[in-house]
Amino acid sequence: MKILVCISNVPDTTTKIRFTDDDTRFDTASVQWIINPWDELALTRALELKEGSGGSIEKVTVVNVGPKESEPTIRKALAIGADDAVRIDAEPLDAHVVAGELAGHIRNNPYDIVLCGIDSSDYNGSLVGGMLAELLDLPSVSSVSKLNIENDEITINREIDGGSEILSTETPFVAIVQKGIALEPRIPSMRGIMMARKKPLNVVEAAGAEPLTEFVRFELPPPKAACKMVDEENIRELVALLHNEAKVL
Amino acid sequence: MSVIVFVENWDGKFKKLSFELISYARQIADKSGSRVIALSIGTVEDDELHKLGNYGADKILKVEDERLNSLINKAYASVITQAAEKESSDTVLFSHNATGKALAPRVAVRLKAGAVTGVTEIPSSLDPFEVKKKVFTNKAFANVRVRSVKNVLTLFQNSVEIKETENNAEIEAFDAEIRDQDFKTRVLEVNKITGKVLLTDAEIVVSGGRGMKGPEKWQPLEDLAAELGAAIACSRPVSDEGWRPHEEHVGQTGKIIAPNLYFALGISGAIQHLGGVSSSKYIVAVNTDKDAPIFEAADYGIVGDVHKILPELTGEIKKMKDA
Repeated sequence: MKILVCISNVPDTTTKIRFTDDDTRFDTASVQWIINPWDELALTRALELKEGSGGSIEKVTVVNVGPKESEPTIRKALAIGADDAVRIDAEPLDAHVVAGELAGHIRNNPYDIVLCGIDSSDYNGSLVGGMLAELLDLPSVSSVSKLNIENDEITINREIDGGSEILSTETPFVAIVQKGIALEPRIPSMRGIMMARKKPLNVVEAAGAEPLTEFVRFELPPPKAACKMVDEENIRELVALLHNEAKVL
Repeated sequence: MSVIVFVENWDGKFKKLSFELISYARQIADKSGSRVIALSIGTVEDDELHKLGNYGADKILKVEDERLNSLINKAYASVITQAAEKESSDTVLFSHNATGKALAPRVAVRLKAGAVTGVTEIPSSLDPFEVKKKVFTNKAFANVRVRSVKNVLTLFQNSVEIKETENNAEIEAFDAEIRDQDFKTRVLEVNKITGKVLLTDAEIVVSGGRGMKGPEKWQPLEDLAAELGAAIACSRPVSDEGWRPHEEHVGQTGKIIAPNLYFALGISGAIQHLGGVSSSKYIVAVNTDKDAPIFEAADYGIVGDVHKILPELTGEIKKMKDA
């Protein structure tokens, strides 16, 4: 069995968001780049499954659609423990491009399980996993908070409003994962970092998927008014403010 | 031409967000001079379906089939696409919730439509189609232009007003083709938590952080939530340390919420936390550290110990309600 984990290269989640070129472009100056947090959890779970599989999962591959600049993030995924990596050399202009490029690669290199994070912390599309499944005509399960494999049988927990469901699925399939899939993302060890340098990172030419959307202009939310402070001895005042001023109680 | 809205039901009932969707679709349809079609999948009584007409649906398509009693992405996407094609829809609208996120991308691919998720406003222009959405987890907005003829949107909850209109909606049973090969995933078991206010529905959310000082100290927070009919949430460290279940984690990697009122109790307000809650209409913060970043995001703040303040707050709210 082979698992593919799709990873996005995103700004660190503490990044101060700024735009440039008349607010038409995200300002990448002095930005630290990371593996998209949900993708990192997906990779962690894929490695746990491989380690517990007694050899039936032979390989965990990571794939990224992006320019050369995303390679440090891909190397980090290798350092965490992925066996090999693929970079599809294209600008990830929108979800349609990313999913289209991924689908092109997977058609020629089939995997049993494809894992995608439920969202990316930059453009918040929540689209790539579902689009990819549709392009490949595969089943998809979204909001996956647990994924187990026993004797090649797949069991999935899907979070729903006010509860959860347990599902089974045939392979191949796409799992779109969220918090809970792994407890904490795995951190690369020193040995992992050394080994990552020798692991294969194959660069693949883009198939030329076209974007269907474009970002025209960005804007920051209006600044927030100052916080009204209430004395801790005067809780009644807070309740009155919420009732009379904010009218939310 | 039409705008088609997928309206999810919960045990045969619609929610506020269903009516938000119809109201939003009505505004697009009025701009473009087209019709609003609501599509319901699953068992919903006609009385309930008719409610959609109150918010501007011109026609309600219903698809009832036992196989569609649980959400199977591929089968649902196929039915929605068939309905959109039958109604010549230019826009397909979903909620930006778990179901919408599961289905919108699949339908977009089938219709060769550009997809914009988490939209917060009525499109500023229909030709070219341009609409505003949230990006960088509530830290910014982007105006997105769709290059394709059709578009698929997911609407961020609590971002448009619900408007009632005259109701002339007709209900039509839609006989979609449902293919067995779309059911390669099967739901084996459903576990529902009953008697709790859901985070995604709640008008008020009461949330605890590390300042609560331990998992055994949540009772005062639960008392406040019970008094307010609020949902309970927590910060990431609290769920990571297992004090509370991860379903309650709100923030960048947890749930993104937009209630009318959010209580941040003993939460310092890391940027990742604020991303998940800053769409709340009002934020109340209680923290011992007067310099905690949560006070920069809050509307009302108290510097002090949550355990001293919580029982008093619950008491004062009760008094106000009784008065």
